[in-house]
Amino acid sequence: MAAVEGIEVLSPGLQTTIQDLGRFGFGRYGVPPSGALDSFSLRIANRLVDNPEDQAGLETTLMGLRFKALNDVCIAVTGANLRPQVNQRPLEMWRSHVLKQNEILSFAGPESGCRAYVAFGGKLKVLPLLGSLSTNLPAGFGGFEGRPLQKGDVLHVDSPTLKLAAAGRELRHQWIPEYPSTWTLRIVWGPQDGDFTDKGKRIFINTLYAVSSQSDRTGIRLNGPEIARKSHTAESIISEGLISGSIQVPGDGKPIIILGETVTGGYRKIATVASADLPLLGQIKPGDKIKFAAISLEEAHRALNEMESKIRSSFKTSDHVREQGAGR
Amino acid sequence: MGDRAVLVELGDDISPQINQKVRGLYIGTKGHRIKGIKDLVPSYRSLMAVYDPLVISLNSLESKMNEIWNALDDARLPDPRTVEIPVVYGDKYGPDLEWIADYHKMTPQDVIRLHTQPTYQVYMIGFMPGYPYMGEVPDELVTPRRKTPLTHVPGGSVGIAQKQTGIYPVASPGGWQIIGRTPVRLFDPQGKPPSFLEMGDRVKFFVITEQELLRWRP
Repeated sequence: MAAVEGIEVLSPGLQTTIQDLGRFGFGRYGVPPSGALDSFSLRIANRLVDNPEDQAGLETTLMGLRFKALNDVCIAVTGANLRPQVNQRPLEMWRSHVLKQNEILSFAGPESGCRAYVAFGGKLKVLPLLGSLSTNLPAGFGGFEGRPLQKGDVLHVDSPTLKLAAAGRELRHQWIPEYPSTWTLRIVWGPQDGDFTDKGKRIFINTLYAVSSQSDRTGIRLNGPEIARKSHTAESIISEGLISGSIQVPGDGKPIIILGETVTGGYRKIATVASADLPLLGQIKPGDKIKFAAISLEEAHRALNEMESKIRSSFKTSDHVREQGAGR
Repeated sequence: MGDRAVLVELGDDISPQINQKVRGLYIGTKGHRIKGIKDLVPSYRSLMAVYDPLVISLNSLESKMNEIWNALDDARLPDPRTVEIPVVYGDKYGPDLEWIADYHKMTPQDVIRLHTQPTYQVYMIGFMPGYPYMGEVPDELVTPRRKTPLTHVPGGSVGIAQKQTGIYPVASPGGWQIIGRTPVRLFDPQGKPPSFLEMGDRVKFFVITEQELLRWRP
């Protein structure tokens, strides 16, 4: 009796992909994690619609996504404020709602941040590949046919009616992130910071970098003064493993923050963005400014623990009651 | 590296011996199924272990990997596989073949003979899913990368860069000198394993014709 359940894409906007928390365990085959660049926002969106945190949702960039609900479905929009609207009326973010059959969710354009996330109560029906639903754009696999969404695509959602009762959950207001246009990112030095001159390292830590327009899901390119290598060092190193947040400095001395689509690289890495700040990388857009602040490994681990306990207690008390109630 | 990866460096050179050590540590670590390791990325001279600091502390991960390393001499490593890969050399499939021949003052036939001569070692899979970095090409064939990278290198393209040879699994921009094409599919996300080659494999190339390329069935 169930007709088509899910959504139909009316316009994909600049770029919309299906992403979950990433594809891990295949690095030995050159397979990068991919996944939601702002994992915090996707995790919260899933919790708002009563999904497990690691389920797949939509990641949409800056503007233009429009889709129609083919049946009633519980949704939550988190991440960048791209001015989401339902049938042209503003939609409150960081809160779950029922999107009714034939209602249209659209994104007018950026107010703050770069990428918004939409979670659907139930489960997006796409084929898991190598243990993940994430779209790997450079290699063209995963997600929806390995590509960004296009007009006319229909995404199926499994048993959406089961989650309609989750509507109305909201994140504690004080924990809704703000996305500035000038960012301070915490970093841990290394692994090759010793190959740069002291002056180069000072430049790295003191420069207010401008985010280049040549930035995408593979990396954030920064414009600023050149970071010099020590004179005896070659331009590149023997290729080795990378993680998202690795900050590479190629021959031109301008840093690139690697995101989740790369698993090895042959340039020196001066520093690595702290895990607690990784979700921010998904919200940095061309034209923004970035400053780096060095912290110790212990401080980085403490910051990560703080973020995790924040996510664990992220909902208002009344919602906890509702969450428990839903289980009975 | 950062607050969730360890990079274990086992040398400072591209060499089969150092790479063998990496393979040993990689296979040993994988076999121990340490809880909290999210991914292992072996490369030329190092092994990267990505871990979840909420599950395992850096100290205990490092001491476990140290134990594995110290016990490694006794552990028997599985023998690497040898894989033969068909290649059509030259013409539209290998647009840089003539250039390399001119560069070394030899004929394209010499380039093909030299490239098919060694049994290569797969040092690592990286850059993109399924991309094998292999070495070493004979000294006479060592060739620098292209001055201007190509914006579109077709999938299956076989290239040379310095002492190394590699294969592009899917179309991509690239700076390696392209000498031929293989019909072998190097990466299939639905395959088990998804990559045709893995680190440590031995690879030998053999010549096929354009007709064989077009009719190739794996």
